[in-house]
Amino acid sequence: MNAFCDKFCFGLMRLVTYLVVLAVGYIIFDIIRHGLPAISWEFLSAAPRRSGAAGGIFPAIVGTLYLVGGTIAIALPLGMGSAVYLSEYADKNRFTELIRLAIITLAGVPSIVYGLFGLGLFVLFFKFGASIVAGSLTLACMILPTIIVASEEALHAVPQAYRDASLALGATKWQTIRTNVLPYSLSGMITGAILGIGRAAGETAPILLTVAAFFLPKLPKSVFDQVMALPYHLYILATQHPEAEKVRPLQYGTALVLLALVLGLSLIAIILRMHFRKKYRW
Amino acid sequence: MQEQTAGAEYTVEAKNVDFFYGKVQALFGVSLNIKIRHVTALIGPSGCGKSTFLRTLNRMNDTIRNTRVSGEILINGEDIYKEGMNVVKLRRQVGMVFQKSNPFPKSIFDNVAYGPRIHGQHDQQQLAEIVEKSLVDAALWDEVKDRLNDNALGLSGGQQQRLCIARALAVGPEILLMDEPASALDPKSTTKIEDLIGELREKYTIVIVTHNMQQAARVSDYTAFFYEGSLVEFDRTKKIFTKPKAKQTEDYITGRFG
Repeated sequence: MNAFCDKFCFGLMRLVTYLVVLAVGYIIFDIIRHGLPAISWEFLSAAPRRSGAAGGIFPAIVGTLYLVGGTIAIALPLGMGSAVYLSEYADKNRFTELIRLAIITLAGVPSIVYGLFGLGLFVLFFKFGASIVAGSLTLACMILPTIIVASEEALHAVPQAYRDASLALGATKWQTIRTNVLPYSLSGMITGAILGIGRAAGETAPILLTVAAFFLPKLPKSVFDQVMALPYHLYILATQHPEAEKVRPLQYGTALVLLALVLGLSLIAIILRMHFRKKYRW
Repeated sequence: MQEQTAGAEYTVEAKNVDFFYGKVQALFGVSLNIKIRHVTALIGPSGCGKSTFLRTLNRMNDTIRNTRVSGEILINGEDIYKEGMNVVKLRRQVGMVFQKSNPFPKSIFDNVAYGPRIHGQHDQQQLAEIVEKSLVDAALWDEVKDRLNDNALGLSGGQQQRLCIARALAVGPEILLMDEPASALDPKSTTKIEDLIGELREKYTIVIVTHNMQQAARVSDYTAFFYEGSLVEFDRTKKIFTKPKAKQTEDYITGRFG
């Protein structure tokens, strides 16, 4: 009976795992099958024409890259800083419990709420207008919990013995963290950043109200300019465009480029992570 | 035992030290003077407070939340728990070797150079000299001199522990605290560490916590027996192991409990 259950249960779990892979595989296959014909040099390098019904998506690619870059530049130092404070400095008390609860809650807030929050705070109150700054700040708020949680886990994974050894040699707390904790936890922190990149590049709702332009066939000149972004462009083409059926190949092309972009950025992060893992192994 | 150095006879003078983990008291009025350039062993059953006492001497207990110490600990006449005490300076003066060897996942060279570097020594020539001297003093130089840039985690357990000793020596301490430094090692490596302690006592004041009574008898000049947070007996090692005064000490060293 037990042997049967063992076989059956593990078989079931394996099946479920395969199903997940199958679903992902099908999505990717479908996007590549329909998207690849739309990809051309012009599509990648030219500005859109006729409300996106013709031409390329270059401004949207650039816009998304700017947004991801800005978001990581804001969220990574903030998130790492919070994680270091929480796990290395802060006492374990009611107050830090509250902070933790807030972070977990933040992770569960729907993305459109971040969009509205960004609109209220960054666009209107700070008068950044719909801009790369406002969009990046909004996206940064959204991915902050991911980065904090991943960074904290990475810090906890560093053996206490390293901290003790360093402190016992007369290092200050900060010297210890800087030289003997942060370097070993970098690879884990980068993992958090990878997850963050994926979300920041793909989310539509937070940028809808804070940065994304519907049709803007030129590149931004400053961080206070609006930009087009791939997910929003995709959303517009798929749902708002008067000729939604006709531009179907362009939608798939855009989706494919977005997918490739996220994978490419993640790949860079993974290579970085491997580099740090190899450097410090214990 | 003749004292060679001029000046103070004792490096460490503990007076009536109490220690608390939260509300739990772990040390009860411990008073103990540790003689300069001698080996003092702290023995006693698990939970008797010997490690806690050791860690009050370089204030490593500070890193544990919710702890409190009272009484007085003087190192070279200076109260190390006084207001505004420079803990960084204290820990340069009082080095520590831990139970489980804990080299950093860096090269052998960088491990030993770590201390001097954080204290501002960046001259490559000077660092190289310090590293060599420390490794020689820790009886490890001959085994690693050709692979200083290899990762320290590639060394054997015994070598790692001697590397940790070298790392502690590199900042130039006067006192070396050792918390069961050989308890995780094989007999051969243990012998090496014990021989090393015998050599180091020429230059350093050593306080060693050990579970192993034979080890205490072999390496130490003085032995302190702790029981349930109190110092029961403190005397020359020879005396403790041949003619202990307290019944508890006798029971412990003869293996009747512990």
